[in-house]
Amino acid sequence: MMNAPQLQLNSIYLPKLAEVIRTEQLTKMEKLFEIRLLNGQDLGHQPGQFVEVSLLGIGEAPISISSSPTKKGSFELAVRAVGNVTKALHKLEKGAIIGIRGPYGKGFPVEEMKGKDILFVAGGIGLVPLRSLINYVLDKRSDFGRVLILFGAKTPAEQLFLDELAGWRTRPDLEYWETVDRADGKWKGNVGVITTLFPKININPEKTVAVIVGPPVMYRFAILEAQVKGIPDEQIIVSLERRMKCGVGKCGHCQINHLYVCQDGPVFKFAQIKDIKEAI
Amino acid sequence: MSLQILEKKDLLPFLENLMSSMEVVGVKEKVTGKYEFAVLDSPTQLCLDYDVTILPPKKYFLPPRETIFQFQIGQKTTCQPVFENNPRAIVGIHPYDLKAICQLDRIFSDGQRDEHYLARRKNTLIIGIDIKKASPYAFCKSMNSALAREGFDLWLTDIGDKFVVTVGSEKGQEILKKNARTRAASKEEIAKKAEIQEKIPYLFSLNTVTTPYEDLPKLLEAHKESKLFAELAEKCLSCGSCNLVCPTCYCFDVQDDLALNLSTGERFRQWDGCLLTGFAVVATGENFRKDRAERIRHRIFRKGKYIYEKYGEHGCVGCGRCAAACLPDIANPVEIFNRLKEGK
Repeated sequence: MMNAPQLQLNSIYLPKLAEVIRTEQLTKMEKLFEIRLLNGQDLGHQPGQFVEVSLLGIGEAPISISSSPTKKGSFELAVRAVGNVTKALHKLEKGAIIGIRGPYGKGFPVEEMKGKDILFVAGGIGLVPLRSLINYVLDKRSDFGRVLILFGAKTPAEQLFLDELAGWRTRPDLEYWETVDRADGKWKGNVGVITTLFPKININPEKTVAVIVGPPVMYRFAILEAQVKGIPDEQIIVSLERRMKCGVGKCGHCQINHLYVCQDGPVFKFAQIKDIKEAI
Repeated sequence: MSLQILEKKDLLPFLENLMSSMEVVGVKEKVTGKYEFAVLDSPTQLCLDYDVTILPPKKYFLPPRETIFQFQIGQKTTCQPVFENNPRAIVGIHPYDLKAICQLDRIFSDGQRDEHYLARRKNTLIIGIDIKKASPYAFCKSMNSALAREGFDLWLTDIGDKFVVTVGSEKGQEILKKNARTRAASKEEIAKKAEIQEKIPYLFSLNTVTTPYEDLPKLLEAHKESKLFAELAEKCLSCGSCNLVCPTCYCFDVQDDLALNLSTGERFRQWDGCLLTGFAVVATGENFRKDRAERIRHRIFRKGKYIYEKYGEHGCVGCGRCAAACLPDIANPVEIFNRLKEGK
């Protein structure tokens, strides 16, 4: 083995170094990291894309970008501590150096969505990738029609981005609905799974794009509700989770039939994947 | 492509010369009747009338485990990519294995270029040879892989007491000129080569896929719900041997290895297999291909449909290694394709 920088070969697997400039514990399981690339550049992502986060010595994991590209200078990742990389990441504080590759994948089709009514459906941690689009849409509010957000969490304690949720509840230019599967003593809002919110809303299905992100079990039911509302499959958008080891369409782990989630997704139109076995 | 004649007695001196300037890998008999690609200590170890090797030569381009970069953490964090660029020749590659290498070339240069693979490929001289003996499981005629078309530097065809050498690249031309005593082939010798090559596909007449090459994707699409996959799954051990021996399987896992000093280490990749239980598991524990039947179907569809739709050629080159390696004997693509066609 020889190191050969003289050949000027570039490795697509080499991360860029980045610094954690702020952290915030969102819930018991989720922590927010604000990150700046050491080269001073913006990440240059689209809402819905992901990065590969490296902790050298621990490993690499694909993580959705949670901030909107309208936010400059830094970007945010909200991470649930479930795997070896994410658990180690949770131990990091401001000033820590991490590695970033990406952004990778296809984001939400924001150009196609302009002028449409947008129905956001977020289940639990699904709010993390969806937030990159919600904040984008809110920053460019006049480019879009009605904005509706349905958010379901297991319990009030598992709600993410509490300050932002508080803003959405009172903002006059969006319609925000929330529910929890199980209430606690203080909760006065809706109780029930996210599908129980659908009957409460009125939409013009022809004009509406539904963007649904949540755990695998939620998709089947939430997509069905969107269909019941009359939204065409072309206008139902989802973001799928897979084990994207390389992010560049090589390692094979994220394949759903012929599709590479890291290249063809993670954002898909339901019309694109509804006949594909194993997709949902 | 220029055609030269290399007398058989001149092969060993040629290889000896080659060994003075680069590592030479060739086919060796590992145990009686079992062959492997391995570094030659002496050209006399070379075996050119083998049927198939245990592992394909892929391991010299995509090693079972390879360092991607080395890193240092602590006061100062640095990452240094590692590329292997030692010159190497591989002698004795068969057409099906060459076809697989050409496919990997496409995959690793498609989109974002994987220079770790491509650097090795660029520094490897390929000297192939026509098949003389068919492995009992091979079905190269059905997979259009009985004869070499592209991707070699030099190609040998045994016409008796001499080889016709087809020069496939400038690099091959140079190497031959520098290291071997050759002369231009005569019309008769060229005719003899053509005559021999014409017969090679028929070595595989007993083992054929009943569906034409171009129609395999349609066959699979029509049978994606077939019960055959569940039937095979009952016997499947999820051992991944079919992936392990496949010349076109390239899926890999990526991991870090931290030294005991806790400040230096490396990121490496290693072969992975879509038949293994954990292949599609995400951090939360969800397994997106948890049934063996789904994993078997995924492998077969990759070999006979998905790759074809993307690159215009199948991900199976008909070497038969998976069929030979599978302990419960359920991996043979010929049997699976043909049983799907028969509808049973």
